Amino acid sequence: MDKNSWKPWLYLLPALVFLGIFMVYPLFDVMMYSVEEGYNSASQTFYGVGKYNYSYVLRDPYFLQALKNTFILVIITVPLSTGIALLISVGLNSIKPLKELYQTVYFLPYVTNTLAVGLVFMILFKKTPYSEGFVNQIIGFFGAGPVDFIEGPYWAKMFVMCFYTIWVVLPFKILILTSALASVNPDYYKAAKVDGTSPGRTFLRITLPMISPMVFYLIITGFIGAFKAYSDVVAIFGTDLNAAGMNTIVGYVYDMLYGDSGGYPSYASAAALILFAIVLTITCINLLISRKTVHYT
Amino acid sequence: MSQQESFARTVRHSKARGRIRTVLTYVLLTIWALIVLFPFYWMILTSVKSYSSYNSEYVPKLYAVSPTVQNYREAFTAVPLLRYFTNTLIFTVITTALMMVVIILAAFAFSRLKFRGRNLLFTVFLSLMMIPNELVIITNFVTITNWGLRNTFTGLILPSVTSVFYIYLLKENFEQIPEELYKAAKVDGTSDFRYLTRVMIPISRPTIITIIILKVIECWNSYVWPRLITDNEAYFLVSNGIQEIRENGFGRENIPAMMAAVVVISVPLIIVFLIFRKKIMAGVSRGGTKG
Amino acid sequence: MKIVLENLTKKYPNQNRKIKTEVTAVSDMSIEIPDGQLVGLLGPSGCGKSTTLNMICGLEKPTSGRIYFGDTDVTELPPEERGVGMVFQSYALYPHLTARQNIMFPLQNFRGEKKLSRSELEARAEEAARLVQIEQFLDRKPGQMSGGQQQRVAIARALVKMPGVLLLDEPLSNLDARLRLQTREEIRRIQRETGITSVFVTHDQEEAMSISDFIVVMDTGVVQQIGKPQSVYDDPVNLFVAKFLGTPQINVFDGTVKAGKLFIGDEAVLDVPGVPDRDVTVGIRPEGFVPDENGVLTCNLHAIEVMGRDTSVVAAHPAFTGHEIRAIIRSDERPEGSGGTVRFNLKEKKVYLFDKDSGERIRF
Repeated sequence: MDKNSWKPWLYLLPALVFLGIFMVYPLFDVMMYSVEEGYNSASQTFYGVGKYNYSYVLRDPYFLQALKNTFILVIITVPLSTGIALLISVGLNSIKPLKELYQTVYFLPYVTNTLAVGLVFMILFKKTPYSEGFVNQIIGFFGAGPVDFIEGPYWAKMFVMCFYTIWVVLPFKILILTSALASVNPDYYKAAKVDGTSPGRTFLRITLPMISPMVFYLIITGFIGAFKAYSDVVAIFGTDLNAAGMNTIVGYVYDMLYGDSGGYPSYASAAALILFAIVLTITCINLLISRKTVHYT
Repeated sequence: MSQQESFARTVRHSKARGRIRTVLTYVLLTIWALIVLFPFYWMILTSVKSYSSYNSEYVPKLYAVSPTVQNYREAFTAVPLLRYFTNTLIFTVITTALMMVVIILAAFAFSRLKFRGRNLLFTVFLSLMMIPNELVIITNFVTITNWGLRNTFTGLILPSVTSVFYIYLLKENFEQIPEELYKAAKVDGTSDFRYLTRVMIPISRPTIITIIILKVIECWNSYVWPRLITDNEAYFLVSNGIQEIRENGFGRENIPAMMAAVVVISVPLIIVFLIFRKKIMAGVSRGGTKG
Repeated sequence: MKIVLENLTKKYPNQNRKIKTEVTAVSDMSIEIPDGQLVGLLGPSGCGKSTTLNMICGLEKPTSGRIYFGDTDVTELPPEERGVGMVFQSYALYPHLTARQNIMFPLQNFRGEKKLSRSELEARAEEAARLVQIEQFLDRKPGQMSGGQQQRVAIARALVKMPGVLLLDEPLSNLDARLRLQTREEIRRIQRETGITSVFVTHDQEEAMSISDFIVVMDTGVVQQIGKPQSVYDDPVNLFVAKFLGTPQINVFDGTVKAGKLFIGDEAVLDVPGVPDRDVTVGIRPEGFVPDENGVLTCNLHAIEVMGRDTSVVAAHPAFTGHEIRAIIRSDERPEGSGGTVRFNLKEKKVYLFDKDSGERIRF
């Protein structure tokens, strides 16, 4: 076996080459970029090394707007989507007829093109001179005035963004939670029933702790995913997110790299690293909390 | 017998409560199902309404008076929808095929071959899973640009032909194949490569199919990288095509035609999903991440 | 509390939805379990014993028939209104709670006037823990305990509500052989100390025989025989019960009755006065053989296995229906040598005749 010890490396070679070029090297490169001041992409030169890029990004009103938007999106959608997914999964788990049909329907958004369906959402919410849009018709039915969800007030746009995000992320969460719920040993529920445990208490004291590792997994991936929100926002508000005031951190990175205001890989790198730091911090906090609350068997 | 009566009452109550709960459950589930399905219904509905009848409906109707396929004709002629489609197909097939080769070889090396530093290298691999795509995409953009590969399939495909996560998933699966099989094959003088192709791949077929399906979904919906790397319509994928249609569209704001394009783009994956429903859902719950 | 099952029947729709027929899990079962007794429901898997237990518990509703606890008809009551404690085969201990929290869990469900104070909760839990002797493990989680300890916690949790009836589903099946012996004595002790009417389900006849006050033998949803373990063993009503109880299994031969004599092969082995001439199935307990040079039944000797106090004689006979005959005899009576033939006399009380078709006992 020792004679052929170069052989395994042959099998690994393609993976190593691709990962090296497109993952490991960029990781260091992006850190370099982020500290190279006054980088010019045409001449590939820079003046010096320092933290100017970071301070520029952190003072850029577009970035601050993106930061605010992203945080609002995260704070609203992560708890809400996890909660709704939990509610629906528990419901799904308690029924027998039509269960598979519901499961199939709920999973549909996962396999659809985010951009394509986002366009449908945009039209449903949009107010045009010809029509107030479908959603406004419904709101009007309840007696509220028409709102321009796409080009109107900030909170209206934020609502659409959160709504669509939840619509997009729910299939995955429902799927994970239904399979977690289905794998709880039914003897626990029988035991609880024999003891006359109320449904509420059964859920809080038995079901929830049992599936807590999965709930927690969803919360972590949910945070990470929501912080990286971009394409679903583009789907609704178009590519010029700064103009719409609905940019996200990732959107800011791409705009800096290549948008109308593009060509600044240094600023893009600094912003991306700031995002990475935020996500890392939140994930660590989550992990610390989970140590105390999550039950692992 | 008053004890008996009170028993009877509790029984009636708990039965009634159970029934109310069931009804509420179905109502809740149905409401969400409608929210999920409505956009799909809406896009199909709008795609068969004629341009004039759509625009004349101040209050949008939930049915089409005189359905037409004109929008579909327009979607394929006024914008290069077919081109977007073929591009996406080429991109998806090549990327998935290349990636499968790369990850199968790597997973095999990690799971069965013995070499110095295997565990250390695998740990390094795992830690790469933490690196967000958003971080490395900046340099990749610069790299591909410097190589002069913008607006080429090579440039589109190259950065996405490896996935640490799928290597990990496949390695775990390979390791479940009893080592005795490998030893038996060695005794018979089977080469490593032959063992991989004749024994391991067939046995791990379910996992490999799962990974293929997940990768196809990912490719079909990819947007960010193609957007960065292509600005020539000849290389647009469907996601970019949709964005292009939306912004420059059909010359005028022709929403029914847009919806026809959206339907055409969404249908292939939905069909794939309905065929491989069980496999896809099992695969995603084991290895998918989104949101 | 006395338990009465009256014409209890449970039918399930067929698993395969295309077949409209129903599967009968329990059929017309009527038994009465006196207050304070420990009863074993015994039978092979799929015989309906677990379904019966679940119906007594209230987890499943009978298709027809009634269930009484004492004089109260509990058929329609949900489990929590019946005052039962149940120990599950998997124990169903909540893994995220400590033993103490597990035991207190049922008590914390009490609402209104029944609600207990914190100190009462603690006291009741500790009392239950003392009864099953796990006081020192109260603050451990199930994952940190052995199978036997988990079993005790499960029993304590079932008993802490002071139920009128204790139900145990295969309580010993998850334990290793040594613990099983120990735990079954433990269950017996706890049942004696509390005097609580208990029903347990098992497929292991030895387990049922050793601790039950009486046993209920079931097969394919039908009660075959009810009685004290020893009397069921000594006096089985049919071939199924005879075969199910006892290790090694009863030896079954084809036989014929002619003129008041039982023939196995060509040999008349026993007088069976009053039995008309017919073909029969003959069951002989392993301990029913007495080796004798002039014995009435001649067998081909295969092997002699010495097991200390007893000796097992392995032999064959053309009329034997199974694989090989096993006779258990005292070691000082064992025949010499191996190979050739061995002859036995039979103990009359250990020989049973059954109808060849129905398997019903033919008495003589």
